[in-house]
Amino acid sequence: MNEFLTDAALFLPVLLRGLWTTILLTLCALVVSVMLGLVWATMARARFGPLRAAAATIINVVRGIPIIVQLFCVYFVLPEAGINLYPFAAGVIGLGLAYSVYQAENFRAGFEAVDPALLEAAKSLGMDDRLAMRRVVLPLGIRIALPPFGNTTVMLLKDSSIASTITIAELTRAGQLLAISTFKNGTVYVLIALLYLAASLPLAAGVRMLERRMATR
Amino acid sequence: MIAIEGIHKAFGANHVLRGVTFTVEAGEVVCLIGPSGSGKSTVLRCINGLERADSGSIRVAGQELGDATLPAIRRSVAMVFQRFNLFPHRTVLENVVEGPVHVLKEPRAEAEARGRDLLARVGMGDRADEFPMRLSGGQQQRVGIARALAMRPQAVLFDEPTSALDPERVGEVLQVMRSLAEEGMTMIVVTHEIAFAREVADRAIFMDGGTVVEQGAARAMLTDPQEPRTRLFLDRVLRPL
Repeated sequence: MNEFLTDAALFLPVLLRGLWTTILLTLCALVVSVMLGLVWATMARARFGPLRAAAATIINVVRGIPIIVQLFCVYFVLPEAGINLYPFAAGVIGLGLAYSVYQAENFRAGFEAVDPALLEAAKSLGMDDRLAMRRVVLPLGIRIALPPFGNTTVMLLKDSSIASTITIAELTRAGQLLAISTFKNGTVYVLIALLYLAASLPLAAGVRMLERRMATR
Repeated sequence: MIAIEGIHKAFGANHVLRGVTFTVEAGEVVCLIGPSGSGKSTVLRCINGLERADSGSIRVAGQELGDATLPAIRRSVAMVFQRFNLFPHRTVLENVVEGPVHVLKEPRAEAEARGRDLLARVGMGDRADEFPMRLSGGQQQRVGIARALAMRPQAVLFDEPTSALDPERVGEVLQVMRSLAEEGMTMIVVTHEIAFAREVADRAIFMDGGTVVEQGAARAMLTDPQEPRTRLFLDRVLRPL
């Protein structure tokens, strides 16, 4: 136990730097995934058929490819097309795109669960589709989508570890490097697990707090 | 003010409206009565374009209802719903100013001052900052009426405004509607409240099977209907035992 503690004190500064990168990567990818997800979900509700078909295709294709393969595509295949990205940017784009389809499905389910009678009330006040979407469907749909959104966000935090495969020194990769150079596998991986928990539990609590605050009273 | 001419509407094989024709003059209060499924609510929903009639014409304030005129007509004809349909994520006052601020582009301060006046008028002045879920059905419906009036409509459509209320709460809503009628608002009211129709309405229209069976001065027609079908309906409603 004593040895674990002295090792932990030694490793923690390195792992905390990794954790910081993990959190930054997760937050950036979250922003990308939410924005793209809202775009897909809005397209999925469009009146114009080809727009709906495009949304369905994007969602099915992206959902059908493993996240690690998508990251490889962004990091290794795009440069061959002349697009060179820093690893961190590639990670944000890859994870953001991969998760945008899950966010889109959360939002779509939320929008569909909004009482159609409220949409009628909005129309009877003279709102057009866009205004009704912005003032009624969006705010209510997002409230309904919050619990699955929280779930998806915690999954994104954990899956950010996949970015270790494209040389981003986030928590998992920082730990791997430590483990390889010190042979203290046990200590290192227990610490990594604890640090992921330390990040994901407050995240889940934060989303729950948001749910309570936004609940319609 | 509102002229409906031979409108038909079918939902799949269900032919709900089979040539409905009537007019409503400015300042008139008209009650639409009839059994469930007779098409009363559908007529109302066609007038502000929540449903699209399959054929026939609807004119509001001289404008033929169509894609081009729908936005203007929706702004001039307000609607009060059976289930209130207040926005649950906004306070009472926010519900009332939603249309004026975002559709009519009124300055918020002005809209709020007017909104508070309207809420006071329907007896909800002290509940402006509450959320709809905390109100009783009768209170929510009075807010629904204030929200409709906030659009400065030329006519208000009421779709069974008291059908979802506790019996004890019906009166407070009918009183608001009566005072509105006395101020000269043009109103079309789909209702099962025969007493209200007889007391407050200028004219009553009885519908059955998607057509107008009988119409006339409300008091006379609801006291002494001419058509056997109207008589049967009123007998059943007024003397259920």
